[in-house]
Amino acid sequence: MTPENRAAYWKANLGLLAILLTIWFIVSYGFGILLAPMLNSFSLGGYPLGFWFAQQGSIYVFMVLIFVYAYRMNTLDKQFGVDEE
Amino acid sequence: MDNLSIWTYSVVGATFALYIGIAIWARASSTAEFYVAGKGIHPVANGMATAADWMSAASFISMAGLIAFNGYGASVFLMGWTGGYVLLALLLAPYLRKFGKFTVPEFIGDRYYSQAARIVAVICLILASVTYVIGQMKGIGVAFSRFLETSYDVGLYIGMGIVFVYAVLGGMKGITYTQIAQYCVLILAYTIPAIFISLNLTGNPLPQLGLGSGYVENGVASGMSLLDKLDQVIMELGFQEYTTQKMGGTLNMFAYTLSLMIGTAGLPHVIIRFFTVPKVKDARFSAGWALVFIAILYTTAPAVGAMARLNLMNTIQIGPVGTETGNLKYEDRPEWFKKWETTGLLQFEDKNGDGRIQYYNDKNEDFAAKAEGFGWAGNEMVKVDRDIMVLANPEIANLPNWVIALVVAGGLAAALSTAAGLLLAISSAISHDLLKGIFKPDISEKAELNASRVAMAGAIVVAGLLGLHPPGFAAGTVAIAFGLAASSIFPALMLGIFDKRMNNTGAIWGMASGITVTMLYVFQHKGILFIPGTEFMMGMDPNWFFGISPNAFGAVGAIINFAVALIVSRLTVAPPENIQALVEDVRVPRGAGAAPHISAALDH
Repeated sequence: MTPENRAAYWKANLGLLAILLTIWFIVSYGFGILLAPMLNSFSLGGYPLGFWFAQQGSIYVFMVLIFVYAYRMNTLDKQFGVDEE
Repeated sequence: MDNLSIWTYSVVGATFALYIGIAIWARASSTAEFYVAGKGIHPVANGMATAADWMSAASFISMAGLIAFNGYGASVFLMGWTGGYVLLALLLAPYLRKFGKFTVPEFIGDRYYSQAARIVAVICLILASVTYVIGQMKGIGVAFSRFLETSYDVGLYIGMGIVFVYAVLGGMKGITYTQIAQYCVLILAYTIPAIFISLNLTGNPLPQLGLGSGYVENGVASGMSLLDKLDQVIMELGFQEYTTQKMGGTLNMFAYTLSLMIGTAGLPHVIIRFFTVPKVKDARFSAGWALVFIAILYTTAPAVGAMARLNLMNTIQIGPVGTETGNLKYEDRPEWFKKWETTGLLQFEDKNGDGRIQYYNDKNEDFAAKAEGFGWAGNEMVKVDRDIMVLANPEIANLPNWVIALVVAGGLAAALSTAAGLLLAISSAISHDLLKGIFKPDISEKAELNASRVAMAGAIVVAGLLGLHPPGFAAGTVAIAFGLAASSIFPALMLGIFDKRMNNTGAIWGMASGITVTMLYVFQHKGILFIPGTEFMMGMDPNWFFGISPNAFGAVGAIINFAVALIVSRLTVAPPENIQALVEDVRVPRGAGAAPHISAALDH
């Protein structure tokens, strides 16, 4: 593996992390805490929306994030030829 | 023996027999076949076992109780203890699997080419793990005191004895099948009562949806949502609104969540599980599966908490607030009330001598004044330990006895499995990392094993005695442990992977300063080693640092750790070439060796 290739792989990895961690931050710290009072004026079923994000929604998003990461990284590994045989 | 006791003894006995049976079967049948070098453990199985290992008394027994009484504020536990898996999966798990060593201090010692770094990591690990075990002891004490109908202290001593036998005999040690069985017991024990209660109160069998559904009163739809009803019921008694009640300020909730998330990703007994999956790509998926299994409990917990609170209020406040017959007569109190009174965790005091129970918020001055007008002389439920809520919940909701028995078995499974896992982490840190790794490299295997038993026994005694006066409810105590892990181990691991320039001096100073600041802040408020009466500098406002509580201070400690490490490393020499090459190598999956055998990993 060339150093350039290695650097490009690492850069793609960091780019993916940046996107996923931004979503991670927004659903929990954003919707669940900082913006919760504002979101509570909307409701989802019988849930105030901010409360829902804090006690339900963020957890569902976390699960999706990890699986998206795993799929994307496994694809990247193959693309750059660094996967385990 | 009454019907409930018979059920409890049989269910608890049957589950214990099941775990031991599986352990024996898994050892007798060819374990090697299952773990042949390089095959390791399937990610789904590993995820389920990780979930059992990780969900402790704090998650099972304590968390829903804290949600019940802190409402929205307790969201910090829900987000913190699940969001940490995102950090673990994205920032640590695949790289540590690639590195392929047995213990966390080993990684730190190798990456920072320093025995001193390894020793600091061992100390941090022991501090965090022992604090964590104190939280488990609180949960075990509560469960045993109710189960055997004794006081909390006696329940705790019995619990210590059982943990000792459990961990030292090693029946639970790293046997993935046993942990899968434990997961099944604890998740059934948690969700079955929740489904019953949700059906009862909302007609919806899924607690996740029930919490957002309409409230059904005695079989008739009330036209109000359950959460609105709960808000109304508790606000009528002077409590804060459930859906907006905060724990400290917004900043405290932010820091608390961050501390738990970072701590989750820094706790050695969780990290170690990702060392043992077959491939790097499995390490990524394994964290996802672990979170799925954990989320089943975590998305149910908010419903359990809210519904328990509503049922509790309705049990005591049987009619309109302020009317003569609105409060339950003490002599009419239900059976579960009496049983919990014997543990000392539920206490009633008839302050106005009317023979009825008044349960309200007498700290709310407006409402307290109003209550005086009703002839109430203060809140008479002088003690309602939050940690009893999950265990008492099925009884409060009048569920059948076998459900109540199942919950006790689930709580014990959660507490014992985690306590055993932590004790192994502590003993291996002392015997493998400290003794064999550093002080006595020529120690015999037998002596190493003995040392690890002594370390384990010592940890049980220390944690048990400190558990007599725990620094908080089980989940609160465990939160401190997460804070200690967050402020020390996580930054060192993450920087070790993502910052090639990080050197030994930076990492050591970072870990030392992070954990010192966090620990001093915690001790200042909670007492030195949590011993009551040894708090210092109490002249200051209890939560003086921007209103951040000690339980949440790990976030600040972690930031200090990162800052100190980055500054110190830039002022000192760069790590040697071979270490930089090692970091490069950890970053790509290709070339990962075979997975270590999990019990070998835990033995080390």
